Amino acid sequence: MQCPKCHAPMHTYNRNGVQIEQCSGCRGIFLDYGELESLTRLESQWQQQMPPAPPAPQAYPSAPAPAWGAPHHGGHHGHHGHHKGGFGRMLFSS
Amino acid sequence: MTAPALLPALTVTARGVAHRAQGACTCPAPVPAAVLADRADGTVVRHGDVVAKAHAPGTDPTELATRLAVASALPGILLPPLRPDAAELHERLVTFWPHGSPVDPDAPELAPWEAAATLLARLHAVPVRQLPGPLPPMRGPAKAALAVARLLAAGPHPASAPILRAWAGLPPWARAETPTRHAAALCHGDLHLGQLVRRPAGTGPWLLIDVDDLGTGDPAWDLARPAAWFASGLLPAEEWTRFLTAYQEAGGAPALQSDPWPALDAPARALTVQTAALAVAKATAAGRELDEAEEALVDACDRMAAVPPELAQGAAK
Repeated sequence: MQCPKCHAPMHTYNRNGVQIEQCSGCRGIFLDYGELESLTRLESQWQQQMPPAPPAPQAYPSAPAPAWGAPHHGGHHGHHGHHKGGFGRMLFSS
Repeated sequence: MTAPALLPALTVTARGVAHRAQGACTCPAPVPAAVLADRADGTVVRHGDVVAKAHAPGTDPTELATRLAVASALPGILLPPLRPDAAELHERLVTFWPHGSPVDPDAPELAPWEAAATLLARLHAVPVRQLPGPLPPMRGPAKAALAVARLLAAGPHPASAPILRAWAGLPPWARAETPTRHAAALCHGDLHLGQLVRRPAGTGPWLLIDVDDLGTGDPAWDLARPAAWFASGLLPAEEWTRFLTAYQEAGGAPALQSDPWPALDAPARALTVQTAALAVAKATAAGRELDEAEEALVDACDRMAAVPPELAQGAAK
């Protein structure tokens, strides 16, 4: 599908079982009927497991990124990301 | 990984270079001696202040000699070797280096992104004609091609298809099928956090190590591994921005100023493919599942198919 705002192609990502369309141009996000509710439900499940976090300063990438890039979520940067999976090892290998 | 005789011989050689004046080892006990790496692409041992590296079998002696001479010529950027020439040991070329302290693998949040970027900017600004030569090509694209060959040799895996699709979409120069004609800067060729040391250890300035892939090529390649991590959602935007901004402020290559992505797109795709291909090959060999970071790289390869490089603004080369 095309972005309703800037008409660039939109790409589909699956995040925790929720299909999200993101524009390759302006990086805007399109949610289908019910997807916002799904995300809200996932968020409340997450918050039940975790102590309350400070609000994210922004939901869009703070740095220019390629169209094939993963969505970056402002406010979630920090060092826990390094320890996710094997990224800590990956930083040091060819 | 290595011939059984190489490692003990290399250890003895490193010790010999550390104590060539005294003969016997006079290091205070316990001697800081260790095998720093033992892989197909190189075996590295340390004795005291000396690090000896046995380069990969088949390393071209002329190209290695030129790369060593470049390291000797750029002492504020690259760690200079202890000896200007490589020795031969068990049919492997061996080089000798002073010991430096690496980035702490347990504290990657302390990674010196600014120092790394500044060193790269200075490396890329070196006038190539004033260097010892002829300089071989930077080996980045060749290493990406080797990683894909390793993936193909590893046998079937469900993640292979998106990786190979992303690889097929790259321009020929990024797949080492044609020479890189659009840029000829001095490049490191294999930047990651293991390629930085402080010398003197702990207190000195950061320097780049490992000249095996050094040569002329597209400077964007040296930024492309952090770019690939960022684009795959692994490196936080904050750290990527620190790295990129420091590079730009240190006078990095003109094509990487303001909007670097037209120049970064193909190399960042290639590094994503390379890292994903090696991860899948290793996971297949070990009979294990991909971890979360490796899955993120495969996902990035999958998304590349939807945005061919020729559609990436200005990236056609």
